[in-house]
Amino acid sequence: MELILIFLSAAIINNFVLAYFLGICPFIGVSNKLSSAIPMGLATTFVMVITATVTWLIYNLILVPYNVQYLEYVSFILVVASLVQFVEMVVKKVSQPLYRALGIFLPLITTNCAILGLALFIVLKEYNFIEGIVYGIGAGAGFTLAIGIMAGIREELELADVPKAFRGAPITLIVAGLLALAFMGFAGMITV
Amino acid sequence: MKKQVGLFAEYRKGVWSQNAVFKQGLGLCPVLAVTVSAMNGIAMALATTFVLVFSSLIISSVRKIIPSQVRIAAFILIIATFVTIVDMVMRAQFPDLSKALGPYIPLIVVNCMILGRQEAFSSKNHPGRALLDSLGIGTGFLIALAVLGGIREIIGERTLLGVQVMPDFFEPWLIMILPAGAFLTLGFLMAGINGAAERKKRRYEQALVAEHMQPVLPVAETKEG
Repeated sequence: MELILIFLSAAIINNFVLAYFLGICPFIGVSNKLSSAIPMGLATTFVMVITATVTWLIYNLILVPYNVQYLEYVSFILVVASLVQFVEMVVKKVSQPLYRALGIFLPLITTNCAILGLALFIVLKEYNFIEGIVYGIGAGAGFTLAIGIMAGIREELELADVPKAFRGAPITLIVAGLLALAFMGFAGMITV
Repeated sequence: MKKQVGLFAEYRKGVWSQNAVFKQGLGLCPVLAVTVSAMNGIAMALATTFVLVFSSLIISSVRKIIPSQVRIAAFILIIATFVTIVDMVMRAQFPDLSKALGPYIPLIVVNCMILGRQEAFSSKNHPGRALLDSLGIGTGFLIALAVLGGIREIIGERTLLGVQVMPDFFEPWLIMILPAGAFLTLGFLMAGINGAAERKKRRYEQALVAEHMQPVLPVAETKEG
């Protein structure tokens, strides 16, 4: 039960993009077509789950025992960067179709603040190993949901007559604002 | 051969014409997240500027030593070191601010604006220029965060930097301090800036036409040099 709540909280109520503002760059940058937004979301989820696992292990098995928590940021970012590189190599070797679908998005994910944010939140909220992984899955699902909805709306916006000054980034931000308002409806549904 | 611009221009371009937030849309995550009040925005901008300036200085000094294959990893390591310093100092000196900004201080590490500047500028220029450039970008970032934080604080809480500026009968808009308000405010601000730039361009073109008393020709720019 606890785990379901953590999942729902990360995916919907405290959505990484719409409530915490993490991962705004891909959210704005890669959300113009549904066909690229969904793979981006899935690739991010994939990396998030692996990051949650590895950074939890590193923090609790290496940093805490040796009392060097101040190396948290340096080690996490290194882990994320090398992990993304590693995932890219493995995917390329194992599955060509998957690589073609996700490949170009993987390098972008390194500087996606949602990934590092996830690792930091897991430490901050003092989740145990399983909770951390569930939190990662939830955060990834929430990111995929948000970027998917956004891409759907932007595909429709292509046909709309948007005032010239609002074209591009401004209208995207305003749509995101309305989405955030809609997601606020979930607030208070469960408290974690 | 790239033309060398003046030193002051190096500073000034980051403040407005290449403003990271309004013109390039970089580093938006902290911009949206921490600007519930002007004070938070300013603190965040100063922390980011500190990291940007010092990592630019270091990176431009060692730019010839770093092999290009591992440059991104090296940049991130240098940035992460300065972020750790900022985080520790803030936790010790300004515990309230540090709590208010929460995980967004460590997230300066992945601020794409900082990495972008290193990649685009510091790794190709000598330290003096990199210093001016990063100070300029930092000032631009500070302006953006202060404006956004100020607007949200005035409308959302009736105050500016903690001092009440709106009359009592003004009902504060709760939405402005919620996440949605951040998106909406930045969206309208950017639209306003785009609109103003558009109008300025149109006026300039009209003035040009009036001066030459010629029918409007499609503006064909010829790049020289």
